[in-house]
Amino acid sequence: MAMDSGAPKESFRLSMLLYDSRYRSYTIQIFVLFCLMLGAAWLVDNTIKNLAALGKDFSFSFLWNVSGYDISQRPIEYTSTSTHARAAIVGLTNTIILAVMGCVTATVLGVLAGVLRLSTNWIVARLMTIYIETFRNIPALLWILVFGAVMAEAMPAPRDFRGADATASMSLFDSVAITNRGVYVPGPLFDRSLGSVDLGFISPSLDALAFIVVVILSIWANKRLVNHATAVQNATGIRPVTWWKSILTLFVPAILLLLALGFHLEYPALRGFNFSGGIQLRSSLIAMWLGLSVYTAAFIAENVRAGIMAISTGQSEAAAALGMQPGKTMRLVILPQAMRVIIPPLISQYLNLTKNTSLGLAVGYMDLRSTLGGITINQTGRELEGMMLMMLIYLVLSLLISSAMNVYNNRVKLKER
Amino acid sequence: MSDSIDLTYVRTEMLPEQTPPTNAIGAVRWVRENLFNGILNSILTILSILAVIWIVMAIGPWLMNSIWNSDSLSQCREILTAAGSVNHEGTHGACWGVIKERWPQLLFGFYPSELYWRPTVTFVMMCIAIAPILFPSVPRKVLWFSAAYPFLAVFMLWGGSIWVTITAALGFFLGFAALTGLAGFGTLVATTGAILIPILYWLFGWTPLSDGLTNIMPWGIEPVTTSDFGGFMLSIIIGLSGIVLSLPLGILFALGRQSNMVLIKTVSVVFIEFIRGVPLITLLFTASLLLNYFLPPGTNFDLVLRVIIMVTLFATAYMAEVIRGGLAALPRGQYEAADALGLDYWKAQRLIIMPQALKISIPGIVNTFIGLFKDTTLVVFIGLMDPIGLASAIRANSAWQGIYWELFIFIGAVFWIFCFSMSRYSMHLERRLKTDHK
Amino acid sequence: MNTIAERAIDRSHMTVSDEVAIQISNMNKWYGTFHVLRDINMTVNRGERIVICGPSGSGKSTLIRCINRLEEHQAGQIIVDGIELSSDLKNVDKVRSEVGMVFQHFNLFPHLSILDNLTLAPIWVRKTPKKEAEEVAMHYLEKVKIPEQALKFPGQLSGGQQQRVAIARSLCMKPRIMLFDEPTSALDPEMIKEVLDTMIELAEEGMTMLCVTHEMGFAQAVANRVVFMDQGQIVEQNEPKEFFNNPQSERTQLFLSQILGH
Repeated sequence: MAMDSGAPKESFRLSMLLYDSRYRSYTIQIFVLFCLMLGAAWLVDNTIKNLAALGKDFSFSFLWNVSGYDISQRPIEYTSTSTHARAAIVGLTNTIILAVMGCVTATVLGVLAGVLRLSTNWIVARLMTIYIETFRNIPALLWILVFGAVMAEAMPAPRDFRGADATASMSLFDSVAITNRGVYVPGPLFDRSLGSVDLGFISPSLDALAFIVVVILSIWANKRLVNHATAVQNATGIRPVTWWKSILTLFVPAILLLLALGFHLEYPALRGFNFSGGIQLRSSLIAMWLGLSVYTAAFIAENVRAGIMAISTGQSEAAAALGMQPGKTMRLVILPQAMRVIIPPLISQYLNLTKNTSLGLAVGYMDLRSTLGGITINQTGRELEGMMLMMLIYLVLSLLISSAMNVYNNRVKLKER
Repeated sequence: MSDSIDLTYVRTEMLPEQTPPTNAIGAVRWVRENLFNGILNSILTILSILAVIWIVMAIGPWLMNSIWNSDSLSQCREILTAAGSVNHEGTHGACWGVIKERWPQLLFGFYPSELYWRPTVTFVMMCIAIAPILFPSVPRKVLWFSAAYPFLAVFMLWGGSIWVTITAALGFFLGFAALTGLAGFGTLVATTGAILIPILYWLFGWTPLSDGLTNIMPWGIEPVTTSDFGGFMLSIIIGLSGIVLSLPLGILFALGRQSNMVLIKTVSVVFIEFIRGVPLITLLFTASLLLNYFLPPGTNFDLVLRVIIMVTLFATAYMAEVIRGGLAALPRGQYEAADALGLDYWKAQRLIIMPQALKISIPGIVNTFIGLFKDTTLVVFIGLMDPIGLASAIRANSAWQGIYWELFIFIGAVFWIFCFSMSRYSMHLERRLKTDHK
Repeated sequence: MNTIAERAIDRSHMTVSDEVAIQISNMNKWYGTFHVLRDINMTVNRGERIVICGPSGSGKSTLIRCINRLEEHQAGQIIVDGIELSSDLKNVDKVRSEVGMVFQHFNLFPHLSILDNLTLAPIWVRKTPKKEAEEVAMHYLEKVKIPEQALKFPGQLSGGQQQRVAIARSLCMKPRIMLFDEPTSALDPEMIKEVLDTMIELAEEGMTMLCVTHEMGFAQAVANRVVFMDQGQIVEQNEPKEFFNNPQSERTQLFLSQILGH
């Protein structure tokens, strides 16, 4: 607009690079960029020279070579003649299995402990404080080793279950056997199984797929039901009773499917010197699972406590003054606010737990770190490629989890304004 | 309504204080209010008491039957059997002999036993050095000792020629001299000088100077290699170095992430998200396996040092996020007031913004410290002898094969004491600094 | 308002000199595509007491924030004390140390005691020795009548006291111009008076002041000029008496009827 107001046009001076807000940031950034490029060039140059000196090249072709090692826990088909890539995928699947199991248990335990710590019951609150302070202040690795030792040392061997004078017995109506080799639990079997579909790379069971599809459809149907109830409430002011309809929609289709497939449980039984049948949860999995769950749960408990305490008593008083009952106050006023405080740190605990699964090596759990980052690297001598690939995979996992957090944060932020 | 109601009332006698009804005081009332107020609470109380009893029954006898005098697990078991401390699973009692015999190793690793005084003195000096930082009542002059402590500690632990340490410290003096000497040329020039001059000195001047001085005056103490370092000494070395270094770096990256210069911001975000996205163990493996690829051929420097660098970088990323939270919590008015008074960016940061942002983030910072200290146990995976590594080493010895709980309890207890004191101190600090406000 | 009217105001030092303190010419500013300040032209002589008023969102705060470059203007020229505000950072620092600013929300530094709040900038920007800075600080604290609070922290003071501390903090830099950004809007009624009294005293000593405020009593008693802004433009400016008794523009009349009507 009015730029021609006789402003003294300054000529460019060198000192303006530093003391003029128009140029200063460019000067600094170009300097930083220069340093970064220099550093990167130095690293790449060193790496090339070092690789040349060792007579190695940089290639990921080793992934397609035969791995030649066994993995004890194989959620997907794998033998020692499979490729390193497949071994890495088995490891990754094991990592994800452990992470999901750990997150679920840690959440349940953590929410419970956090709520109980706020209890007015003196002894319960104290016990929870002791639990939280003990587990938070001792390294996760130590807890994993402790649970590993509990499984290996304190649990009976399968042979102890033998004979008339057995020193050990199965728990839960003879359905679960806890041994030093792992925990044997009943597994699902289908009389009229749909079989599995061969996708070449993996062959998922159609029974499981069908079950998942039915559950997802039920949840979707239930959501529509609830939405409809809300619509009716908005229109008439009276909310129709939906709880029994919800239960029916959620459970009946799944039960019908299971009946149709001829679902029954296969119980573990002692045959020879070991248990067979059912599903074996190996000691390493149990130790990692318990260790990570109780460790992370202590942190989650603190987050939950902080979240609940962050909601001022004024909020519940305001709700009470409006005539809301305690249940509705909790559901409509306290929880939505507490969740906003609790969920972000909760997800970063999930992130921590997922990264801590990499401690699996301590008890011999074959996760991504032990397969790709352990045996594969040792056998092929491809440290550089293997580590880079492994870091990339962990990074993607973490970014997936934290993007879930960002999505949540943005959603509650939008509601705020 | 009658007009005849007398509305006036005057109290002539004050009522004395009375004791409440007897059923509402004392232990009975306390128990009823705190343990049995309601069905759910009563059930919880009973379950809790049962749990406590179960734990005491399980661990109590084992602890009661503790044996302190034994040279091996088998000997301990003999003593236990002789004393009748047996249950259906075999002997039932703790064999603390392993701690009694091996505690120097758990503390110092394979550090030469005749030199144990050196880490011990270093530890005592550490307590003195951090005292003025933790407690304001300690005379401020002790801070000079705190500043000198890192060099003293390195010299005491690693040993070798004293000139290596002194000439290394000289770099910091050069940096400080550059900062004050170049102050006339503006903050940016002075800062750049204060960073570049010491780096150039360490790259090119340090080694010749210390070698020269060592040749002239060969003063020093017996060197110890880091492969002999171990135990809690190692945990504390790595943990403390990480803590001391990650705080300033974390501040820089937090500021970088808040910067409005696109490149600086991008670099900070990529660094922070990358480090936070991968497990520490992969970084440690990078330190032990990959660093040889990235450094000029033939370089090989101390594994402990590499680990310290990686642990520091790891903690830095977390620290940066914690401090960024503190920065975000500061009202904009604080920045504006600092600007309006004519403070430049760094002065505003140092005097106004950081003191407040750091105070807000104390809990997060201390949690990062605690996490870092606990994470030092991960170095066992790259073959360093931290307490957990030593526990395996002790078990590998035939005398103590099969001993788990005693070692775990000892190691866990020591970690617990360190971490718990840190978290309590942070609470204390928060309370102390809170008096600033209403 | 009547409190100010009752107060005997000493106008002996309130003289406007010919020397120009602030020169704003053809200044424009945008937030994104929103044109907040449109073609502002204004000359402030040394010793002037200017009250800027206008409906909220009219750009009055933005205008005075531009004067010490808390906000950047995109076109036109602002010359403060002979120094042009441009992208030259050295000039910005110079101007900021010459111009004091008081904010609506005080913006005291909560982690520092009152005394430290006052001495911080003199020590670190003006390089004054600590002892001297503290003497100056105590002098100004006495002037705003709260020397006994020197060792307390901002959080322990009432709003009015905090705002007086904020004024003292600016004065410690010995500014030649003072900017006030709605200094009384965040205060309870009984505290407004103590802050206004402090500001009147400043005016009596001949300080050049630019004040965004809705305190019309203050404007009538102290200002030598009232500037009315709306939609990012200066709509009307006049001597206070004329401005209040005989507003020319329709917008001004509407605004005055709303603000004085109740």
